[in-house]
Amino acid sequence: MTGTDRKFGIAELLLLFSVLVLVVVVAVPILLILWNAFVVDGGLNIAGVIQVLSQPDVFQAVVNSLVIAGAVTVVSTILGVFFAWLVSRTDLPFKETMKLLFLVPFMLPSFIGAIAWKMLLSPRSGMVNRWFIELFGLEQPLFNIYSLGGIIAVESMYLFPFVFIQVSGALERMDPTLEESARISGAGLLTITRRITLPLMLPSIAAGALLVALYSLAHFGVPAVLGTESGIFNIPTLIYQKIYASGGRFEAIRAGTILSSILVIAAALILYSQNRILTAGRFQVIAGKSVRPMLLKLRGLKYPLLLLSILYIAVTVLLPTITIFLVALLKTYGLSFSLENMTLQNFTYILFTMKLTRDAIWNSFYLSLAAALVTMLVGTLISYVIVKMRVRGKFLLEFLGLLPFSVPGTVIALGVILMWSGKFGVNLYNTAWIIFVAYIARYMAFALKSTSAALEQVGDSLEEAARACGATHWQAMKDVVLPLIKPGMVAAFFLIFLPALRELTTSVLLYGPTTRTIGVAIYALSEDGETVYAAALSAVALLIIVVGQWVIKRVTGTTKIGGGGA
Amino acid sequence: MAHVILRDITKRFGSVVAVDKLNLEVARGQCISFLGPSGCGKTTTLRMLAGFEDLDEGEILVGDRVISSSFKNYYLPPEKRDFGMVFQAFAVWPHLNVFDNVAFPLQIRGLSRAEIREKTTKALTYTGLLDARDSYPNELSGGQKQRIALARSISFNPTVMLLDEPLSNLDPKMREVMRFEIKELQKRFNFTIIYVTHDQAEAMALSDRIVVMDFGALIQQDDTPVDVYLKPANKFVFSFIGLSNFLDVEVADGKVFLAGARAAGPVTAVVPPHAAGKPPTLACRPAEIEMVPTGGVYGVVTRRVLLGDIIDYVVKVGPTEVRVQRNVRKPLFGEGDRCGLVFASLHWYDESGARVSA
Repeated sequence: MTGTDRKFGIAELLLLFSVLVLVVVVAVPILLILWNAFVVDGGLNIAGVIQVLSQPDVFQAVVNSLVIAGAVTVVSTILGVFFAWLVSRTDLPFKETMKLLFLVPFMLPSFIGAIAWKMLLSPRSGMVNRWFIELFGLEQPLFNIYSLGGIIAVESMYLFPFVFIQVSGALERMDPTLEESARISGAGLLTITRRITLPLMLPSIAAGALLVALYSLAHFGVPAVLGTESGIFNIPTLIYQKIYASGGRFEAIRAGTILSSILVIAAALILYSQNRILTAGRFQVIAGKSVRPMLLKLRGLKYPLLLLSILYIAVTVLLPTITIFLVALLKTYGLSFSLENMTLQNFTYILFTMKLTRDAIWNSFYLSLAAALVTMLVGTLISYVIVKMRVRGKFLLEFLGLLPFSVPGTVIALGVILMWSGKFGVNLYNTAWIIFVAYIARYMAFALKSTSAALEQVGDSLEEAARACGATHWQAMKDVVLPLIKPGMVAAFFLIFLPALRELTTSVLLYGPTTRTIGVAIYALSEDGETVYAAALSAVALLIIVVGQWVIKRVTGTTKIGGGGA
Repeated sequence: MAHVILRDITKRFGSVVAVDKLNLEVARGQCISFLGPSGCGKTTTLRMLAGFEDLDEGEILVGDRVISSSFKNYYLPPEKRDFGMVFQAFAVWPHLNVFDNVAFPLQIRGLSRAEIREKTTKALTYTGLLDARDSYPNELSGGQKQRIALARSISFNPTVMLLDEPLSNLDPKMREVMRFEIKELQKRFNFTIIYVTHDQAEAMALSDRIVVMDFGALIQQDDTPVDVYLKPANKFVFSFIGLSNFLDVEVADGKVFLAGARAAGPVTAVVPPHAAGKPPTLACRPAEIEMVPTGGVYGVVTRRVLLGDIIDYVVKVGPTEVRVQRNVRKPLFGEGDRCGLVFASLHWYDESGARVSA
């Protein structure tokens, strides 16, 4: 301490900078959306909002979003709870392996999954459908993936790990004597599950379910791939449709802002209730002494249930992945999978010849790299101010820090369009910069979560000890704090870099003629019927993801699953 | 009459024998403690009694009913055993209020509403929880939570009560209070208590009988608390039950001296029986040695630490260090002072660790 009463020091400077970043990158875009949605000519415009919402296509999209999100939440919750219970409370064989396998759907970008399912189950050309029609002489296709049911099924496949992670984690942390004491009181396993275990798991189940709801409500990829064909739109796909159909006219933007406002409000409500549930401390059930929990003996059901689990993984992960890779090898889509129909030319074409895909891969790489680096560094700084610094006005930063968690990708895209299209003196539209800014906003939440968790592990006394040894604030930070939180920062980098590489929702609203990303390119190729190239690029993306996950595991020593959206 | 009988029970975890052929009979209404270091197999034994672990060999009987038997390949699940059990981490259900926690076993047994109300209220009254019956566990202290667990386990009048280190998560004051409450409840309901603890004071205060165990649940001593304290059966029990000095001695002229300290004077003139040249080890408690200014075994104070009411000395006698504890109000000795030691109570253990009576 210098002994002088400084009004404005380094702490205040860092706070100001952090606040400024979050305001410019996140807060202003959201405010612009709300402003454009509700204010016309300086007055509140409720009538206009109602008028937009009562247009049949807008109304239908809102209903679809709610129906899809509702159904996906229910299905994912049932799947997640069931599988979590199976791996942590029964004597299922190969439990540890199964536990890891149930997390794999998380890594598979859901829009790539949707493209694979389209290949398998589209009503006319879907391989499984065709196969059934030929084999059994069916009049109708087995299953039409271009339907609400199809969208719900595919989303649930890839979203249930949200519930699975929450519930299996909670089951493992739960004190087993809570169940044992019920058992010695005379209750059988079914009664215990119903009256003790499930009620105690309720907060975790609800937390996972709300995450699924939040994600599904604002999800673009799966409905875009599977719904557009048969005219099924949800909120994000309708926003995309309107903005593209109109070429960016103000009416479309306004409808988009109104739809986005619904997403923002819904997300805020969902996160608020999740926070309420998780902080209601009535359910502290962390174990005192480590005793193995009692496991339900599955007896005769042991192997059938194992088979069911393996089958589930095979159908939801293996089948689509194999389909993508096989189709990527085909000379022409529609040929049978025999060796003479196979070629590697699709890969050489998209990697070395085709400008669209070459640009896309390059764009995705440098954009993700830059966004991950910048977001991680700025996120570390913001987390440091929030977790470690005592400075007046910090509550403002804490509030702003919550915003990135609640803003869906579509909303961010629309927000940056409003902000960076020249209205405020800077026009980034159609440049890579606008995607870069959007990625920072989109992934700031990951950086904040990962680095603040790491910083909370570093006790204040460590830094204080360094100060007591004569280190300056900066030296203490550099020599003590930074080395300790480095793993958290590395994790944050990859948690941003990998999902950003295959990002679709935000990029699809922002790309210009030369700034397509991998996600956009796959989507465009698939929509244009260039199925084999779409498959080849998807296969490349999947390989990058697998390698990336392996690198994360090597670097951080743990399995970190990037729950980033497509 | 034996109420609980353990016959040759054995439990293995992989290659580790956690409980090795344990035999024990417990009389009805008795309070017996399993006392031993952590990992010695006492908790595993209790969990086999409760039914949370099956046994690999042997059998367990309660009354005339077999509840686990490797011979008959029979195992009664915990929920059918009708035992009361209290766990170290309380294990009260956070989503149920106090009344519902305690009423749970009665509801499971399908009692009528009126009976549940009556028995729950009774259990709450005896544990002093009646006023808190509508509270949730997270609003209560650790002691209160453990009272809920007690009330829950007595509500259906079990004949056997299993307690797994029930006081270890409480602060020292609460621990003392709860000891008496458990004792009171036992007097009132006359159930058989099997109590697992690593705290010898707790075992002494509560039990009619203490079973001291070493690894593999091998019984080292099975005795009344007083006899366990006054006549530890072997070196292991002696060192487990309190602070101890184990001192090598030599015998000369029909007297016992500390090894290499003949000049300091004899410890005692009563020589315990021993093979020639192999005197037993002398064991004594630091609190059972008196320090006097003159006379006794001559030594020099090398360390003095104040522990509140007690002062802890280390006195060097020849090459041997002897630990002594005395009341702080008695005359003090400083570091470097000379003093004489008078050994008030002596125990002898031979090479195998077995007790030798003088």
